[in-house]
Amino acid sequence: MNRNTRRFAPLRRLLALLHARNLEFVRDRRTLGWNLLMPFGIVFAFAFIFSGPEKPLFKVGVLTPPGVTLAQAKAAHLHPLLGTRFMDFYTPDNADAAVRKLARHQVDLLLDLRPAAAPAHYWVNPDSPKGYITEQLLRLNDRTAVRNTVTGKAVTYVDWVLPGILGLNLMFSSVFGAGYVIVRYRKSGYLRRLRATPLTAFEFLSAQVLSRLLLVMTIATLVFVPLTWIVGLHVAGSGLLLFLLASLGALSLISLGLVVAAYVSSEELAGGLLNLCTWPMMLLSGVWYSLEGASPWLQRIAQGLPLTHLLDGARAIMIDGAGIAEVWPHLAILAGMVLVFLIVSAAGFKWRVE
Amino acid sequence: MQMQPTTNVGPAAATASGPTESAALSTVAASPQVLLEATGLIKHYAKVKAVDGVSLQLYAGTCLGLLGPNGAGKSTTIEMLEGSLPPTAGTIRYRGAPLGDRFRQESGIQFQKTALQEFLTVRETVELFHGLYDHTLPIDEVLRLCALEELEGRDNKKLSGGQLQRLLLAVALVNDPNVLFLDEPTTGLDPQARRAFWELVQGIKARGTTVLLTTHYMDEAYVLCDRIIIMDHGKFIAEGTPRGLIEEHFGEGAAERPGPEGRPHNLEDLFLKLTGRDLRT
Repeated sequence: MNRNTRRFAPLRRLLALLHARNLEFVRDRRTLGWNLLMPFGIVFAFAFIFSGPEKPLFKVGVLTPPGVTLAQAKAAHLHPLLGTRFMDFYTPDNADAAVRKLARHQVDLLLDLRPAAAPAHYWVNPDSPKGYITEQLLRLNDRTAVRNTVTGKAVTYVDWVLPGILGLNLMFSSVFGAGYVIVRYRKSGYLRRLRATPLTAFEFLSAQVLSRLLLVMTIATLVFVPLTWIVGLHVAGSGLLLFLLASLGALSLISLGLVVAAYVSSEELAGGLLNLCTWPMMLLSGVWYSLEGASPWLQRIAQGLPLTHLLDGARAIMIDGAGIAEVWPHLAILAGMVLVFLIVSAAGFKWRVE
Repeated sequence: MQMQPTTNVGPAAATASGPTESAALSTVAASPQVLLEATGLIKHYAKVKAVDGVSLQLYAGTCLGLLGPNGAGKSTTIEMLEGSLPPTAGTIRYRGAPLGDRFRQESGIQFQKTALQEFLTVRETVELFHGLYDHTLPIDEVLRLCALEELEGRDNKKLSGGQLQRLLLAVALVNDPNVLFLDEPTTGLDPQARRAFWELVQGIKARGTTVLLTTHYMDEAYVLCDRIIIMDHGKFIAEGTPRGLIEEHFGEGAAERPGPEGRPHNLEDLFLKLTGRDLRT
């Protein structure tokens, strides 16, 4: 070996390794394809979700007459306020829920256009600054509207977003924690060794689920309890119900991770697919902002995501003080998802690299 | 070529100097119980016929060696026999029934490559597998059998190659198996560790455990196996006792009398004669 070669030996070794790794990367077409598609997907998703006109300044709930959609009400000029620009109009699922949101300053005004309510009635929270402005705009257009008031302390963004952040943490820990470990076990041959014992796929998966559930719920509790003291996080409803909901949510997310882990042998591909599972939830499940007012099909997609039900249920319990009668649909949907995900993962579970 | 065993290639008590055929004859005559039987096994991969219609019988209390060059199909064959790889065609029966829960309860497997959970100790690993079976040996006995008593508190990731192989053997023995599969168990071990491992296997055989062994070491097969099968291109090409096969191909007494190379013929000579000297890819 000559002096030059020896002097640049570390660089040569580095380049040799770099070349080999690049070849490996290029030849692993699934991983390469994923790495190319993923950034496009994320950028397009963000661009699509946040594209469109300027964000509205005020949010108004509109109770429309039976059989009349908001778009029809606007087209028919059922009320002059509906023609106001930069206002976010939405149709609440029910009047009581809308009034509760008004009390918490999450909605600025509630307009009731149902036939029995003619002339129009409206509800406003006198303690809400944005409610005051919205009411002034309403009065400019309609002096006959009948005023109703509700009072209540504003729910701050921190109150609203903290359950989302806790849920997000739970999601990552659940989906990735369970998924990656099993893919690694499979790749190392450990699963194949276990397969040679009387252990069944269901037993193995159940053990993984329970182990991960114990871990994530312990961590979630250890994070949550101090938060109630440090930032004054308040749970208006039952703590036990919240724990039950969080456990079911975590179970559904762990099971979702297992669906990916059941079929995949490459850690890199598993990483991509697990990202594919988590990104839509991060964007559409209401972690950072409410999807109220977003397009109906986007909301329908969100309803198919476990994190949406976990967060909607958690906020209902923590902020509204909802009981089991109100959150049981979320519990039932999460339980159904657990069942489906576990069946799918157990049915297709691979013990060894093909 | 399909090999069908006959009474003169049955179990025999292997010793460090080689198997004894007279013992084989008497044992088989008394009780030629077939523990595991494979018939017409075929395994196709996308473009390759890895195993091409092989049949074998594994007798209780014996050690059968499956030998062959790289790519001969022996790993595929043993994986099918272990129940970890479904055959394309053919049947495998354990005690007369298809492989099922009973087989898993009563078999032990040491795979060629297996990772264990890194952050468990030796004892914790044995305890884990101990918990997976209905009938087991006491954990301390398993550790003693595999000479692991002094390592029981050590993390798996800190074990040497030979120690790890002993732990994998312990895991395979935890259910006191009737049939034990050893897939190239001493590959990569130094001579001392290999010989120590042979002693362990001799001890296991002495307990009456049936063993199916694959190996690339001909001396290992000679010492441990009562019967061997040589495989190439997906087929069985020879079967018999190690000494019987040497004599069949090199003449009577060839295993003891010096041959043209100034030493007695051995299994490696036989292996090369039957499978050729070309490098396998």
